[in-house]
Amino acid sequence: MSDRWPTIRFTINGTSCCVDAPPMKRLLDVLREDLQLTGTKEGCGEGECGSCSVRMNGELVNSCLVPVLQAEGATIQTVEGLAIDGELHALQKAFLNSGGAQCGICTPGMLMAAAQLLSIHPQPTMAEIREGLAGNLCRCTGFMRIFESVIAAATGDQSEQATHAR
Amino acid sequence: MLCVNLYANPVPNMSTSAKTRIVGAPVPRKEGLDKLLGRARYIDDIQRDGMWYGATVRSTIPRGLIRSIGFDRRIDWSEFAIATAADIPGKNHIHLIVADQPCLADGKVNHCDEPIVLLAHPDKHKLREAVSAVHIEYEPLPPIFTIAESERQDAIVWGADNLIKSFLLEKGDVDSVWANAAHIVEGEYRTGAQEHLYIENNGVIAEWNAATGVTVWGSLQCPYYVHKSLLAVFDLPEDKVRVIQTETGGAFGGKEDYPSTLASHAALLALKAGHAVKMVYDRMEDMAATTKRHPSRVRHRTALDDNGKLLAMDIDVATDGGAYATLSSTVLSRATLHSPGPYVCPNVRVRAHAWATNTVPYGAFRGFGAPQTIFAIERHMDEIAATIGIDPVELRRRNFLHDGDTTATEQVMREPVILDKLLDRALHESDYHGRRARFARENPASAVKRGLGIAAFYHGSGFTGSGERYLNSLAGLDVTPEGKVRVLVANTEFGQGTNTILAQIAAEAIGIGYDDVIIAPVDTNIVPNSGPTVASRTSMVVGRLIERAGLQLVAMLCEHAGLGASFTVQEFFAACERYRAVEGKVVSLCRYEPPEGIFWDDQKYRGEAYPAYVWSVQVAQVAVDTVTYSAEVEEFWSVQEVGRVLNPVLAGGQIEGGVAQAIGYALYEKVVWENGHMANNQMTNYIMPTAEDVPPIHVYFEEIPFRHGGCGAKGIGELPHDGPAPAILNAIRDATGVGFHSIPLLPEDLFAKLHALQPVAETATV
Repeated sequence: MSDRWPTIRFTINGTSCCVDAPPMKRLLDVLREDLQLTGTKEGCGEGECGSCSVRMNGELVNSCLVPVLQAEGATIQTVEGLAIDGELHALQKAFLNSGGAQCGICTPGMLMAAAQLLSIHPQPTMAEIREGLAGNLCRCTGFMRIFESVIAAATGDQSEQATHAR
Repeated sequence: MLCVNLYANPVPNMSTSAKTRIVGAPVPRKEGLDKLLGRARYIDDIQRDGMWYGATVRSTIPRGLIRSIGFDRRIDWSEFAIATAADIPGKNHIHLIVADQPCLADGKVNHCDEPIVLLAHPDKHKLREAVSAVHIEYEPLPPIFTIAESERQDAIVWGADNLIKSFLLEKGDVDSVWANAAHIVEGEYRTGAQEHLYIENNGVIAEWNAATGVTVWGSLQCPYYVHKSLLAVFDLPEDKVRVIQTETGGAFGGKEDYPSTLASHAALLALKAGHAVKMVYDRMEDMAATTKRHPSRVRHRTALDDNGKLLAMDIDVATDGGAYATLSSTVLSRATLHSPGPYVCPNVRVRAHAWATNTVPYGAFRGFGAPQTIFAIERHMDEIAATIGIDPVELRRRNFLHDGDTTATEQVMREPVILDKLLDRALHESDYHGRRARFARENPASAVKRGLGIAAFYHGSGFTGSGERYLNSLAGLDVTPEGKVRVLVANTEFGQGTNTILAQIAAEAIGIGYDDVIIAPVDTNIVPNSGPTVASRTSMVVGRLIERAGLQLVAMLCEHAGLGASFTVQEFFAACERYRAVEGKVVSLCRYEPPEGIFWDDQKYRGEAYPAYVWSVQVAQVAVDTVTYSAEVEEFWSVQEVGRVLNPVLAGGQIEGGVAQAIGYALYEKVVWENGHMANNQMTNYIMPTAEDVPPIHVYFEEIPFRHGGCGAKGIGELPHDGPAPAILNAIRDATGVGFHSIPLLPEDLFAKLHALQPVAETATV
């Protein structure tokens, strides 16, 4: 394979890595197949559901729509990179306590979208939360507890019943 | 610390008086950490050594005879494993209720996207072209696509008359009432198909081995349904089929029956390939080829007296079952039993029919027939109210069921029925009267018309009628040598919280910590058949079995292993080890026992239709924009009584998720058919509510512990999907004065009817 395909280098979850892959291979498949980072999920394959959301160079992207070529030199974060040294990210704690995850399949992408949101709006309004998560579909929760989780993470309120901010 | 668990043990000197700390507490979900870290293993995250990939060649016509199957020479077919109906070792049907649905089409097809040929290859990227290189020639036959075409028998496409199932439910004498009734109100109501749209598509991995038989891993709800299906397709004894559920990314009923088909396909390919075969549908295939919610048409004719009291309800229910029977008979049963609503009426007749058409078979979907008929009765109540000039709230209140009343099946309401209380609370929490008064003032001068709508309803928990007795579920607990109590059930976690609530119940019943309980892998080689994970039965029926198994385990240890009347967690597990030293293992299993005094007549549809009911009153506030014709749910209130709330965070999440899904059912989600094929089988053009669409959803529980449920719980999962559609359309009626009778109700539908009331020359194309 290495004879045929270019080597693409990028930083993933703080670690530099290189993969030999067809340049048009989806970043999603490179993550899941070449790097065994299966936390990132495929829901629709056409950029509608956001299950494959990762953060790349400070932006939220649908990794099913990114040819790996575009990741050359990029800094990428996936759900596997959220917890640091075994310490859950504030969003992960909040999702756990507030019921932000049900079946869990949208959760990795939702967490990345929420992390992106908080990086731009550390104290988001409800309108900002709704807009920030609008590209990530969840069929289980009705989004209420995802909103609560984001607010709890933003305010540092990790109590069981975070503000019922509706 | 990865996880801070506030509910962990040890709790020294546990006594029975302290045994209420786990049930009712918002403990974090059992598998939550794995899901949040991205390490939960869904089917597509799993590889097997030497694994191949499978794909399906499907019918491109809705009905016809298969004349030939050709394989294009441009493909080197020697690289592929190929399976057709001729390769099936056992019976070519998917076992469910009626043996009518083939595993692979043999000689004829009855719907678009029906599977005909299966292909497998080690390189998944070679499959797409190969599928397109299988050429199937058909002799088309005339298809039918609607309930009306099926009942007219425009073509006979199923059985002798297209009729998959019918029921007749009769109470009193409906026809004796019409002549002297003060009011008679008629109405017809329709609901469309709905796609489950779980975010994880259907998927399985299968292996076949001459010695061990078939093993399937998959995203599924009911491992023993799949097990039974595979036994038939492969003609194997029970111990030669093994089904293992993997983490499941949403189901909603959509992984109740369909995985039996997919598992059979993958296993056939594994048999042919001599390799493990993974089949994971992509979104378009999943939406086009798998089951959906049954479309319905419900007609009501209702007689009332001068005071707005119901005298007679004559109800005609028709559902579209699609090309094969699948679960249509049981969906129709639940539709029938929920069609009269939560009202007292001395004379009721329900005639119900499920009709076959040439579309993908419809199947289980959250609510299972109830959302369709509850849409009809709850819309109809508002039409009655408008017709006879009474407030819709008052009309409901005058007719509500109460303790001691009998339902349409003459089931006596022996448990408390608190509809009045639920209604009062819903009105209070939503400030119903205050808001209506405000909208009455504001609407005339505004292009945006606001309204409030109500729905009141019950949902039967558990299987219908004798169902739970037939299921005869077995569930229980064992204790591992590592010192954990393990829940042994075939009931699956797919987001609703099965793992968590059953662990809570076990911990509560025994008197140990939540963290002392784990869940056994859902593997038919390990867990007993505790029945399917459907019908809002897990918390009530299986939960009760786990509670009993916990109490039985403690009694066993007290009697045989010297466990004291009060004990610490350490003393409990020490007793388990003493017991194990003598008996070899520590296991406590319990079998279902029906509550006493239950009577059900399957023929006359009379008696105890359900072991328990859960109740709800919902209020929707909707804004209709008379410029854009969009209808937006601005706020939603859901008040319910579901027995004991086992976990308030999970329970709230069930209600909110169900409400959101039902908002989609009412206002967004339209399956567009083209010659029997779903034309909008993409997330791009099948629209579900997003984070920007869902309104604030307020959830309130009234708790009345149910003595036959798991630590007092009844069912919860399906209830919230029953009410939003009629509540929303009732709100639109309140806002606009125009009653809409069909869902999904899209802006173009609003436009067509509201616009028609205005004198405008030309209508725009939407």
